[in-house]
Amino acid sequence: MTSRLRPVDAACGAALLFLMLLAPPVKHALEERMTTQMLVQIPLLVVVGFLIARSLPNRVTAVIDDWNCRGITGLVLATMTSMFWMLPRMLDGAVTDSLVAAAKYASAPLLIGVPLALSWPRMGFIVRGVFVVECIATLFRLGWLYLISPERLCNLYLLEDQQRLGQWLMLIGAALFLAVACKLVWGRFDSLSVAAREPQPAHRGLPSAPT
Amino acid sequence: MRLLRTLFLSIALIVAGGGVLYAATDHLRAFTSEAARRIAVRQHPIEVPSVAFETQSGARSDFANLRGKWLLVDFIYTRCPTYCVALGSEFAQLQDQLAGPLGKGAVELVSISFDPAHDTPRALAAYLQRAHSRGAGWVAARPVDSGGLDALKQVFGITVIPDGLGGYTHNAAIHVVDPQGRLIEIVDPGQSDLAARTVLQKLGP
Repeated sequence: MTSRLRPVDAACGAALLFLMLLAPPVKHALEERMTTQMLVQIPLLVVVGFLIARSLPNRVTAVIDDWNCRGITGLVLATMTSMFWMLPRMLDGAVTDSLVAAAKYASAPLLIGVPLALSWPRMGFIVRGVFVVECIATLFRLGWLYLISPERLCNLYLLEDQQRLGQWLMLIGAALFLAVACKLVWGRFDSLSVAAREPQPAHRGLPSAPT
Repeated sequence: MRLLRTLFLSIALIVAGGGVLYAATDHLRAFTSEAARRIAVRQHPIEVPSVAFETQSGARSDFANLRGKWLLVDFIYTRCPTYCVALGSEFAQLQDQLAGPLGKGAVELVSISFDPAHDTPRALAAYLQRAHSRGAGWVAARPVDSGGLDALKQVFGITVIPDGLGGYTHNAAIHVVDPQGRLIEIVDPGQSDLAARTVLQKLGP
């Protein structure tokens, strides 16, 4: 993916993207619809975290690695944080309450993006599989809920917006499912060999930039 | 060692994250803002600001003048084809259920319009008529200035968004205000029985 990205470029990219998302017109436009807040704004904040992870010096990632065997800790942190931002009242709060807004802008990159980016290369085949299948299940569960709920779950957003988001979530879930199915049938599983090479998997897949 | 440290930190994160989620959902009771505001006012009643309004008869009054009575308040706009029609007929039923205390002036029903530009006294009177108001103890009113309307929306937790068709989408509820002028309870539309019981119980025999 972005493994050729230099740390300096990643840091600049993270800062630029973050500032762009912070700009009031962009923030306002993305938060005007439930669909864009959940499917564009929050994912882009997570991408900021991916870029931050790329820019971390190796000594920092080495220290984190000591606490992140096979990427489990990072996965737990990212999952817990994502659950928080799936609560409908937090989507309302992130627009009306500046404290919640600040929490979203800080936690989506730092507590979802960074840990996911650091953990993914260290995750074994089974952990990755469980993670992706759980993502698909969550997309379907949440999508179905939004699609069939006769009530608005967010006070700030219209019912049709909520239903459109439900459709998108199920569409993304289906696409991810198809991608996994294709991978199972035709794909190669590099992570199998990575997992087989324990106990030193930490040095595989590190975003090692030429120094 | 790495495995143990990972296990330790993961468990700590699950416990901490669970605690945050538990607190952020009011002990797993409120996943939506609508549920949250019901719990919030039950725990911490909020004082209703003294906001001036104009009633369907064109008379001026103020929330401060309504102190000493129990109030059942809803928020409407008279062109509303959905919620406000349902709320209107519920208020008409409440007039029957609470006929006694309404007659004595111990209770008052108040419908506040959040569309004051359009909802003139005449439009408000027409709304009451369409809802088959029995007349006694139910006022429909519009705030006199927009600052007052904003203050009321803030305190009562009313969110109004344009629906793209010239109307509005808004959260609907029946709000119970006590004689000290504090918002103490919010009930769903369709639960007017509960609102009536709450008031009758507090009023005593």
